[in-house]
Amino acid sequence: MTSTTEATAERPLPTTPPILEARDLVKTFGRVVGLDGVSVQVYPGEVLAVIGDNGAGKSTLIKCLTGAEIPDSGELRLEGKRVHFRGPQDARAHGIETVYQTLAVSPALDVASNLFLGRERRRRGLLGSVLRSLDARGMRADAEAELRKLGISTLQDVSVAVENLSGGQRQAVAVARAAAFGSKVVILDEPTAALGVRESNQVLELIKDLRHRGLPVVLISHNMPQVFEVADRIHIQRLGRCAATVTPQTHSMTDAVAIMTGAATA
Amino acid sequence: MSTPPSGTVATAASAPDPATEFLARQSRLGRARSVLHRHPAVSPAVVLVAAIAVFGTINERLLLPANLSLILQQVAVVGTVALAQTLIILTAGIDLSIGAAMVLASMVIATTASELGVPGALALLLGLLVGLATGALNGVLVTRLKLPPFIVTLGTFNVFVALTLLYSGGATVRGADMPGLLTLTGAPITIGDVRITIGVLIMFALYVVVGYALTRTAWGRHVYAVGDDKEAARLAGIKVNRVLLSVYLAAGAIAAVCAWIQIGRTNAASPNAGVDLNLDSITAVVIGGTSLFGGRGTVWGTLLGALIVGVFRGGLSLAGLDVLYQTLAVGILVIAAVSIDQWIRKVRN
Repeated sequence: MTSTTEATAERPLPTTPPILEARDLVKTFGRVVGLDGVSVQVYPGEVLAVIGDNGAGKSTLIKCLTGAEIPDSGELRLEGKRVHFRGPQDARAHGIETVYQTLAVSPALDVASNLFLGRERRRRGLLGSVLRSLDARGMRADAEAELRKLGISTLQDVSVAVENLSGGQRQAVAVARAAAFGSKVVILDEPTAALGVRESNQVLELIKDLRHRGLPVVLISHNMPQVFEVADRIHIQRLGRCAATVTPQTHSMTDAVAIMTGAATA
Repeated sequence: MSTPPSGTVATAASAPDPATEFLARQSRLGRARSVLHRHPAVSPAVVLVAAIAVFGTINERLLLPANLSLILQQVAVVGTVALAQTLIILTAGIDLSIGAAMVLASMVIATTASELGVPGALALLLGLLVGLATGALNGVLVTRLKLPPFIVTLGTFNVFVALTLLYSGGATVRGADMPGLLTLTGAPITIGDVRITIGVLIMFALYVVVGYALTRTAWGRHVYAVGDDKEAARLAGIKVNRVLLSVYLAAGAIAAVCAWIQIGRTNAASPNAGVDLNLDSITAVVIGGTSLFGGRGTVWGTLLGALIVGVFRGGLSLAGLDVLYQTLAVGILVIAAVSIDQWIRKVRN
């Protein structure tokens, strides 16, 4: 049995108010309780990792934050203001961008089209307003700039179809899209699950870069070494509740896994 | 007590094998495949040129301007229906009712004009409304009831056929009994030996409009994205149902315009016309390199596909072969086209 210290009390509380906050979220699916009163705060410029065993309620929690699920009770606050998300579009409109496990990129479309998918820009003047012509050149240039800003050098040509990219490059496209449009929070659901070691490291660098730009990141992952490499705080979900919120400084990987599996309490 | 597993090791299996990549890049066949993958209209273009060359060698008369114009006129109706079919198939759907919708619209146009004495322009407008209604019915059933397009359009195909017979009483309306505007699409514009009908010009115009909408507007990208991966499109914020509904409405409208072309082409409106149009349109789309799995293909491929079928039929008949060999050839073409599509799609992995 591993010994743990009182984590929640010792955690240095950020002085700034949270950007995104969930209070007492409850979500049930028939008789199954997915979330049993979960609260979570996301502070500016931090990477908050959410870990937990299968069925612990990680995905349900994230879906409630992204509008993919509507909680039965509890409240969501964005910059202190109460918000209600009825669908992913609502969350997106509020500046919360999500990179899904399933990537949500369109394989046959090129990189630039994917970056702007769902919010294409039209040309100025009559061509745009009457003929609804797309500003393809402008979007391509902006896509290139966005990828450069994120330091994604492996993607030279934004007119390449996404299906011709490697898994890491596709993930980079998805992350770049989230970073380009996520003005408040970026949520990454298992971003490295399908990637090799080198590609995973690229994604971790992207996450660090987002934090560097002051954008808070919520990272859902099974991969403990990665979580401990990038996370500022770690929210441990267990049996539909938040078992503890720890930091890599106060807890070891073994401690976190012990809390996650119920072998220890924080 | 045993220690819990601390930290799973990063998965390392999915990195692409450089050797495989190298080999794929080197093989000439592989390179050809990626070109076809990027430009799905290339293979039908090659087939069309080859078909014209082969049949032109067998019988030089095929290459006469008069003959080529005839093939164009024959292609106008199926080519226009195939344009609507392309839109549906790009969304990973299929429309078995589109030919019947076209015939229904043509009977409404012809019968209201000839029996009720409705002016030609108004009759055409009514036909357009009927076309839109057929599209709306299919679209609502697909998006609201979440039924597979195959089943929906199989059902509405029968509904439209029954409505056509009910409305027309099974009688053919002759072109002479209609206002001149309705048969205008059959009127030729003659330049030397080349005779292009207005119907053919309308078909080309529709291709330009739909081609523009698909490649230069956000709507077009959304159509491709929905056909490519519906869930990814939804997560990217695309209103999938709205896109699907718009595609079925557009297909219905095109079917109505096609009804006008059909009346001009045959100088009549017959409730029994266009029995084979559904399958012929799918044939043209598939030969044109559009994938039945959605998200891949161009309207220009479809136009080429329709022309290929036209050249094969015309060429075989000029070569003196029976109609049954034309049908046989078209069947083989379809299977060959789908095989090529499957092979091209392997680039993905």
